[in-house]
Amino acid sequence: MDRRFPFKVLEHIFSFVDSNEDRNSVSLVCKSWFETERRTRKRVFVGNCYAVSPLKVARRFPKMRSLTLKGKPHFADYNLVPDGWGGYAWPWIEAMAARRPLLEEIRLKRMVVTDECLEKIAASFRDFKTLVLTSCEGFSTDGIAAIASTCRKLRDLELRECIVDDLGGDWLSYFPETSTSLVSLDFSCLDSEVKLSDLERLLSRSPNLKSLKLNRSVTLDVLESLLRRAPQLVELGTGSFSDELDPEEIAKLTKALSELKQLKSLSGLWDLLPEYIPLLYSVCPRLTSLNLSYATVQMPDLIDLLSRCSKLQKLWVMDLIEDKGLKTVALCCKELRELRVFPSGADLDETDVTLTEQGLVSVSEGCKKLESVLYFCVQFTNAALVSIAKNRPNFRCFRLCVMEPFAPDYRTQQPLDEGFKAIVEKCKDLRRLSVSGLLTDKAFEYIGVHAKKLRMLSIAFAGDSDLMLHHLLSGCQSLKKLEIRDCPFGDTALLENAAKLETMRSLWMSSCFVSFGACKQLSQKMPRLNVEVIDEHPPKTRPDSSPVERIYIYRTVAGPRLDTPEFVWTIHKSPEVGVSRLSIR
Amino acid sequence: MSESVAAEHDYIGLSMEASQMSDNKTKTRDNNNNKNDDVLNFKATELRLGLPGSESPERVDQRFLPLKSSCPVSGAKRVFSDAINGSTKWVFSPGSATDVKDIKPAVPVKEKKSSAAAAPPASKAQVVGWPPIRSFRKNTMASSQSQKQGGGDNNNSETDGEAKSGAEPCLYVKVSMEGAPYLRKIDLKTYKSYVELSSALEEMFSCFTIGQFGSHGGCGRDGLNESRLTDLLRGSEYVVTYEDKDSDWMLVGDVPWEMFICSCKKLRIMKSSEAIGLAPRVMEKCRSRN
Repeated sequence: MDRRFPFKVLEHIFSFVDSNEDRNSVSLVCKSWFETERRTRKRVFVGNCYAVSPLKVARRFPKMRSLTLKGKPHFADYNLVPDGWGGYAWPWIEAMAARRPLLEEIRLKRMVVTDECLEKIAASFRDFKTLVLTSCEGFSTDGIAAIASTCRKLRDLELRECIVDDLGGDWLSYFPETSTSLVSLDFSCLDSEVKLSDLERLLSRSPNLKSLKLNRSVTLDVLESLLRRAPQLVELGTGSFSDELDPEEIAKLTKALSELKQLKSLSGLWDLLPEYIPLLYSVCPRLTSLNLSYATVQMPDLIDLLSRCSKLQKLWVMDLIEDKGLKTVALCCKELRELRVFPSGADLDETDVTLTEQGLVSVSEGCKKLESVLYFCVQFTNAALVSIAKNRPNFRCFRLCVMEPFAPDYRTQQPLDEGFKAIVEKCKDLRRLSVSGLLTDKAFEYIGVHAKKLRMLSIAFAGDSDLMLHHLLSGCQSLKKLEIRDCPFGDTALLENAAKLETMRSLWMSSCFVSFGACKQLSQKMPRLNVEVIDEHPPKTRPDSSPVERIYIYRTVAGPRLDTPEFVWTIHKSPEVGVSRLSIR
Repeated sequence: MSESVAAEHDYIGLSMEASQMSDNKTKTRDNNNNKNDDVLNFKATELRLGLPGSESPERVDQRFLPLKSSCPVSGAKRVFSDAINGSTKWVFSPGSATDVKDIKPAVPVKEKKSSAAAAPPASKAQVVGWPPIRSFRKNTMASSQSQKQGGGDNNNSETDGEAKSGAEPCLYVKVSMEGAPYLRKIDLKTYKSYVELSSALEEMFSCFTIGQFGSHGGCGRDGLNESRLTDLLRGSEYVVTYEDKDSDWMLVGDVPWEMFICSCKKLRIMKSSEAIGLAPRVMEKCRSRN
């Protein structure tokens, strides 16, 4: 008797399985589950574009409608990955265009996207709805224009912190003259001015628009006219908030803002002047997300704003908020889940700003739902970390950047080992952690022992020896992404824990002491890892013991990639070959 | 095992205390081959971990002292041993030494601020990628400051990670060197003359063989006059070139200082044999490398 569920029943059951992790588990159960799952998966996520070939992905998921890809390592955000390293979107776009023309959504992060890619997308996917590019580069506003003009069903066009060759604001005029289906438009990272009339007309004929993020060159005096045409907005990113307005203009803008009854998220606010803060009072009570990280407003003006935001769940600010402001947040924003505090000064050593560890302690006390933190601070103490951990065991993401490398606890001069120990001990659900300050191997022993759910860890200027890496690789069971810079180790730990690396997405190490010889050994030992050496100097000309500048190790079923630039070497698998020509290019 | 207060060091070499400790620590170290007999203060001489505004990486020295490894650039080894032995072959003339080379013990930030203010401005060379802030944000903040200071000036906030010249309070340009595995970034506004700039560059790239480069006394009103500097530069193994507003590559020292900082977008230290005449092919080479 055939005990298997009929395909249709399985299919129906799987339609309730949303998360890709669950779907991955499902596909491991047996062949028929694998087949059923792959035929029903609509949203495909590939965390490392070099882990698998585009062709394989296209073939495996015939019903895919949405593709999300990530390219460069995270540390590329901080200029640690040289230009030209890779992460090209083209092979993926090409493969999908040929095989999956019903694709509707493409989301790319840290990838090189050219105008050709964008034109290909526009030309190939007739139902294309969503393009979200985060930290991407390589394209110009011409490519955007192609998308705008050709994708008739376009709903989302979002450029988040991309590096765009900005040829002018004309691209906006390429949207079709008829009513559009736009739901979200984000061009906040572009420089050049768009024509006001283009924008006004676009808004007038986009009744479904819910999210609009303008760029900085949209001046304050035109904001009112835009808002009047889009009172249904749920998310608004303003342009510059610093031009001089006369009283009548101010009154009109105040009114326009108060008409945004559905507004939940506010960002932009470049150079927000203190005298304009009252204009925002009407939207504050409804706001769940507020991004003030480009608003150079200082205390005490910020208090007036924050004390009115009782529903706030997400707050991004600069350190201009100071400890005082964070105290207000702790008192007034009881729904806060995510806090990010960025440094305001370009010269980080000379801040006049009193933001200390106390600010974060206050928020951790007052905001019981806080689970995600990114905090830049000049120095810290163990005591503060211990308090924070005790107050908020529900942290899922804790990123502390003590900006002075090797800074100890400034009261006791001890390393911050004990502080981070408290964090990983108490916060059992911690998924992401960034450590900083003076840390010895002990800190990493604690992390290895306690941080069992940790998936991503970022380390800089820390540790004493190979033990540090060994603790992490042998202890952190759920570790998927590890990125390390400027730490003094670690051939031994890498080689001893080589098997662990295949359970992770990737490992990045730069300015450490990993020798070329160890890279070779590692690569030969582990067939499904790509061991990339990123260095200006050809490995062949150096002794095996010389340290390599950067290594990037990631698991892959696609073999060594063929698009490496001259400064990247993928170590060949066979010992006799060493580093082969084939692998180099 | 962790040191909370760093001992005072000579900038390049090691203090007595440090050498003793390094013996202890060596035993616990494994896996780093001794390619040379000198204990290399690898990290300190690379200046990678210099704190913004501070003189030198205090704690770095402590931590990396015992690690013995060869500098990735061939030939640098010789430079180090020469330097430590006080050989005159080493490039930096004593005259160019400033108190930048002394490392103060680690102190809490409050005190450090006052000492930093008192001491002459150190070369504000920044470590690449630290603190970890995305370029987009850095550029936006740089433009904000320029707006505040430059009055009605409309900013030209770039998105390629470099601040343009103008009324901005900080003028970061990338400095690359042929053969060096990393870039540095410096704030041109902290220097008043070519002399200061060249000393700073010397220090930054000290672990590479630079040659007789820069300050040989003769301080006129603007330090060295430009033509003399150019001669010196031309005589040495390496020259400093820069990319100007029109994307042309020029030799540093050809124009008055004020004009230079207004038009300089990028700096590149290259071998003088490559830079003679700054022929078009050199410019191409520069472009393709960057």
